[in-house]
Amino acid sequence: MDFNENLLSILTWLPILGGVAVLALGDGGDAGTARAGQMRVLALAVSLLTLLFSVVLYAGFDGATAAMQFVERAPWIEALSAEYYLGVDGISAPLILLTAFITPLVVIAGWDGIKSRPAQYFAAFLILEGLMIGVFCALDALLFYVFWEAMLVPMFLIIGVWGGERRIYATLKFFLYTFLGSVLMLVAFVYLYLKTGDFDFFSFMGVPLTLTEQQLIFIAFLLAFAVKVPMWPVHTWLPDAHVEAPTGGSVILAAIMLKMGGYGFIRLSLPMVPDGSQYFAGLMIALSLIAVAYIGLVALMQKDMKKLIAYSSIAHMGFVTLGFFIIWYMGPGSGPGLGMTGGMVQMVSHGLVSGALFLCVGVLYDRVHSRQIADYGGVANTMPIFAAFMVLFAMANAGLPGTSGFVGEFMVIIASFKANVWFAFVAAMTLILGAAYTLWMVKRVIYGEVANKHVADLKDLTGREFIVLGVLAVAVLLVGVWPAPLVDMMSASVDHLVEQLGQSKLTAGM
Amino acid sequence: MQTIHLTIVLAPLLAAIVAGLFGKQIGRAGAHWLTILAVGLSFVLSMVVLKDIYWDGGAVENYSVYTWAVSDGLRMEVGFLIDRLTALMMVVVTFVSFMVHIYTIGYMHDDPGYQRFFSYISLFTFSMLMLVMSNNFLQLFFGWEAVGLVSYLLIGFWFKRESAIFANLKAFLVNRVGDFGFILGIAAIVMFTNSLDYMTVFGAAGDIARQDIAVFGGSPWNAMSVICILLFIGAMGKSAQAPLHVWLPDSMEGPTPISALIHAATMVTAGIFMVARMSPLFELSETALAVVLVIGSITAFFMGLLGIVQNDIKRVVAYSTLSQLGYMTVALGASAYGAAIFHLMTHAFFKALLFLAAGSVIIAMHHEQDIRKMGGIRKYMPITYWTSLVGSLALIGFPGFAGFFSKDALIEAVRHSHWEGQGAVYWIAYLSVLLGVFVTALYSFRMFFLVFHGKERMDEHTRSHIHETPAVVTVPLVLLAIPSAVIGWFTIGPVLFGDFFGPSIFVLPGHDVLAELGAEFHGSAQFLAHSFTAGPAFYLAAAGVLVAWFLYLKRPDLPEAIANRMSGLYTLLDRKYYFDELWINGFAAGGRRLGRFLWTRGDELIIDGVLVNGTANSVGRLAGTLRHLQTGYLYHYAFAMIIALTLFLGWLLWLQ
Repeated sequence: MDFNENLLSILTWLPILGGVAVLALGDGGDAGTARAGQMRVLALAVSLLTLLFSVVLYAGFDGATAAMQFVERAPWIEALSAEYYLGVDGISAPLILLTAFITPLVVIAGWDGIKSRPAQYFAAFLILEGLMIGVFCALDALLFYVFWEAMLVPMFLIIGVWGGERRIYATLKFFLYTFLGSVLMLVAFVYLYLKTGDFDFFSFMGVPLTLTEQQLIFIAFLLAFAVKVPMWPVHTWLPDAHVEAPTGGSVILAAIMLKMGGYGFIRLSLPMVPDGSQYFAGLMIALSLIAVAYIGLVALMQKDMKKLIAYSSIAHMGFVTLGFFIIWYMGPGSGPGLGMTGGMVQMVSHGLVSGALFLCVGVLYDRVHSRQIADYGGVANTMPIFAAFMVLFAMANAGLPGTSGFVGEFMVIIASFKANVWFAFVAAMTLILGAAYTLWMVKRVIYGEVANKHVADLKDLTGREFIVLGVLAVAVLLVGVWPAPLVDMMSASVDHLVEQLGQSKLTAGM
Repeated sequence: MQTIHLTIVLAPLLAAIVAGLFGKQIGRAGAHWLTILAVGLSFVLSMVVLKDIYWDGGAVENYSVYTWAVSDGLRMEVGFLIDRLTALMMVVVTFVSFMVHIYTIGYMHDDPGYQRFFSYISLFTFSMLMLVMSNNFLQLFFGWEAVGLVSYLLIGFWFKRESAIFANLKAFLVNRVGDFGFILGIAAIVMFTNSLDYMTVFGAAGDIARQDIAVFGGSPWNAMSVICILLFIGAMGKSAQAPLHVWLPDSMEGPTPISALIHAATMVTAGIFMVARMSPLFELSETALAVVLVIGSITAFFMGLLGIVQNDIKRVVAYSTLSQLGYMTVALGASAYGAAIFHLMTHAFFKALLFLAAGSVIIAMHHEQDIRKMGGIRKYMPITYWTSLVGSLALIGFPGFAGFFSKDALIEAVRHSHWEGQGAVYWIAYLSVLLGVFVTALYSFRMFFLVFHGKERMDEHTRSHIHETPAVVTVPLVLLAIPSAVIGWFTIGPVLFGDFFGPSIFVLPGHDVLAELGAEFHGSAQFLAHSFTAGPAFYLAAAGVLVAWFLYLKRPDLPEAIANRMSGLYTLLDRKYYFDELWINGFAAGGRRLGRFLWTRGDELIIDGVLVNGTANSVGRLAGTLRHLQTGYLYHYAFAMIIALTLFLGWLLWLQ
């Protein structure tokens, strides 16, 4: 069979419809019923099938071209000239693969840990998966916006229903922050629509704009995307959301949803308002570097493991935005694509590593019901296999060569040195800070004498947990040892974007 | 040949993976047989490589194994550069590793983490080989950090000990401070050459040296000086040069075999190797060479002094390692790269020997490491005694032993280096290496006498159990003692003064002190005889041994009296010049305080408190105020409507 005609639709709608089916099947009111068991199998099957289709996508993807592939185009709202317009290139395809890869792991990780309303829990994740893939596929601004906002709903519910004690505060903060940001994005879309007459991304990219227009549109986009990344100083919702979210929610939040911000910058801001982006590049770099240094120091002092990893996420995402915006500070012919590729690799790697770290914390939380570092100590004595995984992922988080965490950081540091010595100086501080906060946590949690009775009673990983962490470990090492396949996927699209950014789209006479 | 290279690297890696993942299945014997065979194979094949490239005149091989990634014109590859420098390092690394593997069978005999230990040291061998065999900066950095990782895992091998897990975190972080400089150095290289490949970069060296880079407010610095100093900061971390030396003494918390392998013979010499490998770059920056020279001098002399006041047998050897690494660094700064590598090689043998001998003593003493509680062990442990003597004589540079040739040549090279007549820099370096000889002899024989001679100061129970260690321990000692004794005699001619390194090390004609010395070199015997008349080094070493004998055997009451008389100096040495305080109370605590400040003031108070929740609260308060208007009483609403209507009508009338 040839699915290529509507592969992207399958990838988007299969998990959503699967989620509805899971919801329809229900769980018989309790996690222990036979119905609930069938429901879980269905949820896993849907997520695995989606993964399979993403492999089809990978197999059919042509890395040599920057053009959109697997394009689907149909009229949607004719009155507005809005279209159902999907397509992928080297920028979006890796993120779709990441989404399809992470979701089954989340389903397995939540297998029997979720006691209340399991059907709704799994359905929420499947629907979320489809919506996220939709965001990465959409090439029509209105369609993009619909997926973008719809995505908030399942996440809002995941934190609000299955979250911790302060979940209501956290979920409201999460929702208001991200919603306020994206409303302005809609305003920008409407403005561009009035200029071009449709919602096609490529029309938006082609239309000439004055510098003022570009600046205003950039700011509108900035609010939407900076909140998602999140960039300093609009980052404080993230630690709260992570702390209160259930493990699966944290994983998806860190692994995929944060990438929406980076994706937004590279898909919308840069090509649609290149001159506006250039105008604000200095500010963006400053904010990125603040994320690396300031947030790195804040992470050091966290007492809650999830908060620590959340802050570490912000610091690592600083490399993404840094990699994207240094391009204007690099001379022509100096390889400006390096930083951009580095930023994109960092997005994928961060998805794997932070997802794995949140799963590790989840493993401990399921057993001890505490996220406080002080409640642990000497876990390696009772959970040696778990400890090995945790140390591996910690090292990846600290950017050790041979793990995926190194690849993006290395590229961005190298590229930022070309832009300005001091950019690289601050960025490279992550070598020290990243190692300090991550390994200090490892020291206090994993090493040492058995700290208390809870730790003494710990049981090592179950088979299910082992599979989840093992799969992630393989991925982290594979990308670290041989990132070429990933980088090759991106390179044509990055080159194209770099070329695009070299051409001003200011209206004549301005 | 390429298959051989790959086998050398991959055999230890595979052994490490199998021993690590399937330790339970293959059992203890399986783990040690597998890893020993793998590293043994690597050693034999490394010998083959050396033979091919030195005796058989094989060509230098430089090739890429696979492409790691390509981005916007920058090729990032994994590949090997096999020249004589590399081949020598490969042999040293695999030989010491081989010995340590065997020794470990005895040393770790009762340890529950037996398989894990073998897995780690095999992984280390792999990482170190990747480092020395690399033909590009990316792989160099990989090996560089990977050996750091294994060092971290092994220092914290006994992870229940608070002191061990403190030491491994400290080691990793201090090394990361060095790597911070290192990666910036690599970034600078890419900026000027857009390449990570050694040969391309070396080819562009002259071009880089003519360029400037704006660092502080546009003031231009020479690009090559910036690059070399940044790279050297990396070497300072890995090779434990002051002030980044603080991690090495603490690393002694790890099991003794790895102190020998990683923290004496191989990993800590990676920095020395790196600078020698980068000689085409360092040669072009006088500034960088001066920095290297001074940092090395400070480390060589001042870290040696600390060895005199240490009482832990392993820490004495650790400070000795710091000091000897300082010697090698001084040689690099003097452009005597060959002398540095030559000392690296002899040092690898005799320092591994000294560590393993110390470990042998520790086993016999039931894991007592305080030399004040030893003494007179000589008669119980003859093999350990004699091999230790060989190691100590080699270390102090006693004429004829390996260390003599390398150290004497090194001192001569510094003395006649191109820095001669350049004022303070020259005298700092020359006096440091010269006086360091006395210090080395003093601390080495202080320890030797306290451990093996004199009164038996251990308790009766321990004394009655002391006996020579088993063959798996003593055989490596003997095998390491042989090169420690004789290798200098045989290799000084060809390696140091012959054309051994050839094009793998580049020296400017005006800097080439080894060539000058080589012109006067007429065989090992003459070199040996010459040492009694050429300079004071031999007499300084003899004086050191004599002083040690006098203070610790003849008049053992004196050291304490001296320490009391000079309590200020003694405290300064005992506190190791307060470097630990600087790093721990200064930088680490400062970082934590800053982190807490940014968190509680920046994030919690200003951003969340004032901006986010402040806005929310303001909206809430406004809503709360407005809510008071909605009382629910009909007459309130009616009253408000009447008032409003009146005002409105009044306004309209007034307008007209």
